Amino acid sequence: MTADQVAGELRSGMTIGIGGWGSRRKPMALVRAVLRAGITDLTVVSYGGPDVGLLVAHGRVRRVVCGFVSLDSIALEPHFRLGRQQGRIELTEVDEGMVHWGLLAAAHRLPFLPMRAGLGTDVMRVNPELRTVRSPYDDGEELVAMPALRLDAALVHVNRADASGNGQYLGPDPYFDDLFCLAAERAYLSCEQVIPTAGLLDAGPPQSLLINRAMVHGVAHTPGGAHFTSCVPDYGRDEAFQAHYAASARSPEDWERFRGEFLDGDEADYQRAVQRFAERRTVTAS
Amino acid sequence: MSAEPTRAEVCVVACAEAWRGDGAILASPMGLIPTLGARLARLTFAPDLLLTDGEAHLVAPGGDVTEGWLPYRSVFTMVARGHRHVMMGAAQIDRFGNQNISCVGDWARPRAQLLGVRGAPGNTINHPTSYWIARHSRRVFTEPVDMVSGMGYDRAAALGPRAARFHEVRVVVTNLAVLDFATAQGGMRLRSVHPGVSADEVTEATGFPLVIPPSVAQTRPPTPAELALIRGTLDPGRHRDAELG
Repeated sequence: MTADQVAGELRSGMTIGIGGWGSRRKPMALVRAVLRAGITDLTVVSYGGPDVGLLVAHGRVRRVVCGFVSLDSIALEPHFRLGRQQGRIELTEVDEGMVHWGLLAAAHRLPFLPMRAGLGTDVMRVNPELRTVRSPYDDGEELVAMPALRLDAALVHVNRADASGNGQYLGPDPYFDDLFCLAAERAYLSCEQVIPTAGLLDAGPPQSLLINRAMVHGVAHTPGGAHFTSCVPDYGRDEAFQAHYAASARSPEDWERFRGEFLDGDEADYQRAVQRFAERRTVTAS
Repeated sequence: MSAEPTRAEVCVVACAEAWRGDGAILASPMGLIPTLGARLARLTFAPDLLLTDGEAHLVAPGGDVTEGWLPYRSVFTMVARGHRHVMMGAAQIDRFGNQNISCVGDWARPRAQLLGVRGAPGNTINHPTSYWIARHSRRVFTEPVDMVSGMGYDRAAALGPRAARFHEVRVVVTNLAVLDFATAQGGMRLRSVHPGVSADEVTEATGFPLVIPPSVAQTRPPTPAELALIRGTLDPGRHRDAELG
């Protein structure tokens, strides 16, 4: 599939889970395709980074479900901040471990999983729909019943995959990409490189094969598809570009300029514009 | 090398002291001075501590030796197991140690959206938590906090001794002092002032009444060996000074 074909399978009003963590290994080419597809009113479940920021800045998000939204090297995601401060988005704010537990519950087709996180904090105040559950065993302990985070669709990005959806990550952390896929009705995998199945173990051990084809409904080959987030060992985060992105939240004019230069065309246009941005910086620096 | 320790160096050692006696658990410092503190503790009086590079590797101080793998999913399990002591920051903290890193203002439409609660709810109910506040002020030391992210002692008491049995806010280290909660009601107490700081300065910079012991101790200064490690090994570029602003 192409990234645009993936986005073509999504509909307004869906709940979409996005893999990666903060500004690390985000399926940004798929997110950019979602921006072009014009779908809106989305509920986004994410260990949030610029995926959330871009969707909020384009007005495509009704609700964010997360424990944080951050660009890592820039602590606060400026477009998410603006969306919250201007009252443009709803928020389900939970502990980051609760997101894990909600995805695990959905992956296991359970209604909820019990945990301690959330008790005694304002997570219970701002999410009045959250319930507690009492242990049926002798301890009788009261715990948070974290509800399953069921997804209509999941978007994840890995280093390598075969055409049938067996995906391999080569960086240090799988994040929760397998759980996002398993929690979703349909999961879409983008990757830096599509290779024959027989070549999957050339670059990493069997345990690097995080995603198997039973979890995945479509594969998109998107070189540079995590840009500007990191996708090690293929590439690190593009810090200069990320800083430029963050600065685009300073004013509506800055944002219009950024969007016009980088996001109004297709993915090839984006990658060319990023190349020009890098060359401009090289010239300025020399 | 100047013999006199700087304020930043006193703070590094005060942060290190938070992990004294913790044994083989994950030390998770947020911010540079807590990070230097955790690494100093590991190099000296707390050699069993586990440290990460922030990217899934368990590393020896200096970062050149990997001793283990700790992706986020395993961090969450260590949190739930209680094998961790985190030192977080705080945009706001109240007298019972309720902490806010989520947002400032009305949660429904905040004046300033910050990080979100992150792992603070799970941290504070599962394992020891300390805080590092680089600029001790009434803006930070205030009550009530706008969004309780990390649970304090009044809320832990309301949950009951069983539900809150793993809750512990150990210390709050600031640029002025070390505070703890060793009081009957779990209210914040001035444990020690850093060299050159008076108790009055601390109470003046705090937006609620502190418990002040009859005689306020002074924060332990770094030993010569600790100073040599901080200056020569851990932070030769003196980035620690910038964190105090």
